[in-house]
Amino acid sequence: MHFSIQNILFLLVAIAGFGLFAWQARKIRANILVGRDRDMSGNVSERLNKTLLVAFGQSKMFKRLTPAFLHLIVYVGFLVINVEVIEIMVDGIFGTHRFLQFLGPVYDALMATNEILGALVIVAVVAFWWRRNRKPPVRRFQGPELRMWPKLDANIILYVEVILMAALFTMNTADLKLHQLRGADMPGTFPISSLLVGLFPTSETALHVLERVGWWAHIVGILCFLNYLPSSKHFHIIMAFPNVYYSRLVPQGQFSNVESITHEVKAMMDPSYEVPAPATAPDGSALAPTPFGAKDVNDLAWTNLLNAYSCTECGRCTSVCPANITGKLLSPRKIIMDTRDRMEEKYNSPLIFSPNLYGQEAKHESQEVLDKENHTLLRGYVTPEELWACTTCNACVEACPVNINPLESIVEMRRFLVLEESAAPNSLNVMFSNIENNGAPWAFSPSDRFNWADDLFVADKEAVTA
Amino acid sequence: MADLAAQGETPEILFWVGCAGAFDDRYKRVTRAFVRILEHVGVKYAVLGMEESCTGDPAKRAGNEFLFQMQAMQNITTLNGYGIKKVVTACPHCFNTIKNEYPALGGEYEVIHHSTFLQQLINDGRVKIEGGESYKGRRITFHDSCYLGRSNNIYEAPRAVLEALDADLVEMKRSKANGLCCGAGGAQMWKEPEPGKKDVNIERTEEALATLDGNAAALDNLYGVESGNAGATPAPKANAQSSIIAVGCPFCMTMMSDGVKNKERENNVQVFDLAELVASAEGLNA
Repeated sequence: MHFSIQNILFLLVAIAGFGLFAWQARKIRANILVGRDRDMSGNVSERLNKTLLVAFGQSKMFKRLTPAFLHLIVYVGFLVINVEVIEIMVDGIFGTHRFLQFLGPVYDALMATNEILGALVIVAVVAFWWRRNRKPPVRRFQGPELRMWPKLDANIILYVEVILMAALFTMNTADLKLHQLRGADMPGTFPISSLLVGLFPTSETALHVLERVGWWAHIVGILCFLNYLPSSKHFHIIMAFPNVYYSRLVPQGQFSNVESITHEVKAMMDPSYEVPAPATAPDGSALAPTPFGAKDVNDLAWTNLLNAYSCTECGRCTSVCPANITGKLLSPRKIIMDTRDRMEEKYNSPLIFSPNLYGQEAKHESQEVLDKENHTLLRGYVTPEELWACTTCNACVEACPVNINPLESIVEMRRFLVLEESAAPNSLNVMFSNIENNGAPWAFSPSDRFNWADDLFVADKEAVTA
Repeated sequence: MADLAAQGETPEILFWVGCAGAFDDRYKRVTRAFVRILEHVGVKYAVLGMEESCTGDPAKRAGNEFLFQMQAMQNITTLNGYGIKKVVTACPHCFNTIKNEYPALGGEYEVIHHSTFLQQLINDGRVKIEGGESYKGRRITFHDSCYLGRSNNIYEAPRAVLEALDADLVEMKRSKANGLCCGAGGAQMWKEPEPGKKDVNIERTEEALATLDGNAAALDNLYGVESGNAGATPAPKANAQSSIIAVGCPFCMTMMSDGVKNKERENNVQVFDLAELVASAEGLNA
């Protein structure tokens, strides 16, 4: 153990890094909690199973093999290499060197796995970069909502991952060469670094500096990256887990019931039904009535807002959306991205970037009139045209690897348009009045409802007489 | 139903006809086909007739929760009044709404889609698929209804029914959980589509036709259908009889039929509901 100024410095850097992240996480928690309350308690074992399968097990990723395989490399690399991060932390604080070496053969295997995964991560990241930046990119990385900041963000993540891996290899290779020059035995097995030793200088001082540079670059890089996450789509590496845990367990076709309307309708049908008193503020005064449906982010359920922070903008939802693939304005990914941007515009922004400032111009290029005066999620970001294009087919819900449900948000906003603004397309208003007056969405008389049976018996008679 | 109740009887099942089944000229044929099957196997069934009303599905999907709940409560009052326990319907939208959304409003029933019901009849040997039209060697592709498939995970029942027909069943590239919507769900049935490059039902019909024709090149031109295993679709067989797009939903029926007409393929491609196929295979022409 060589306790030195380096250890004090490291401790300060680590505290600053984690403290800053905790501060940012609190802001995001506050953002999510502006959403409407929704009881998601219970069903713990079912929820844990789902989390294991979908989040840890990546089961929904494997609908597309190539990206699933590449993602798996980066994901497993992230999990395994984090074990080494624990070692780095301990070494950094206590001045030890390769603290985990007491594991013996397990340490050998761990280091070897790390190195191989590290190299594979670089390969996967290059493939990801190519898929996004070739001309034209993979279709789901196109689209107006994915220009400007979202595009830059995606590339920054890939560059940082390469830098982190490069730092790891610099550290290992320099350390290995240092040991070789001294004729000492180095704990661990380093299949990739042992190939790289030839490229490194032979000066002990230089190697020592390189080892320290690699070490510091890796851990400082990780801490910086950690604090970049809240500004980035890469936040999904954390949020995917709670998001899957809190995803819906009911059949996808089941749309939420609006309790307040149930009370109203029951009271209409049965005058003796007592509508529960509206909720009051803690001081007893009446609260402003909650609107039907959602106009802004705080009208959505907190789970919908959690969705927005779990989205990695992969576009699998949009690429299977029947409205989107036939050229309509709707993009489920954009609805989710808009929700996050609006939350950060209205409430708390993360530390580094305010994504809405960068992406908005590009996103709205194809939309006509945006109500800048009443800047809310609906109309300010999402236009009614997008919402009315949805066929509620659940393809986006099915496609999302982390169980995001864009459909729920779409229906909530439709509810606001219809129930608060009476702003449904005219043809839908005709359908509504048909249901109201005739008990059918078409303009047929209810007395004709049994007419289908007339022909049946005629045909029967013919069959008998023939 | 009212007549039956007056006689003090309760039916085995309540057949929920649905608005399309009652009013849409094309889907009335499906209603009749299903009734013939029910009569044929001797299931004691009833319909609500004029007492039935829209389930409220299109209102709810369009955001009119108030209208939906009015419809739902009214229907629940009717159904509960007759003591209905088991509901069968040929409409996936009615099926989904009654099964999943009525319980929260006091309507708890065992709800079965007719594809599941037909599968049970075939499994139990009550429908034998013989004596009528033969589908041997005819190409059939099944178009999954979103509200049956993704919404309620019913993928196998309609396929089991089609397999019993001994036809040449082919799958579209986008099928089951990855199926493409016909374009009519979510109240789209009652409005013009938003501006875009193409209507959804045309895209889906093109896919169905390309699959039936074994035309891999046409498949590759569809949006979002990934090419690569183009050779996987078998070449079409020389077949004098027309190919079939099978559906299990009134909206899909309308959208796919319109698509086939749009592509001017009515002469050799027909759109049929599962109940119609079973009825005609059983010699119960509707």
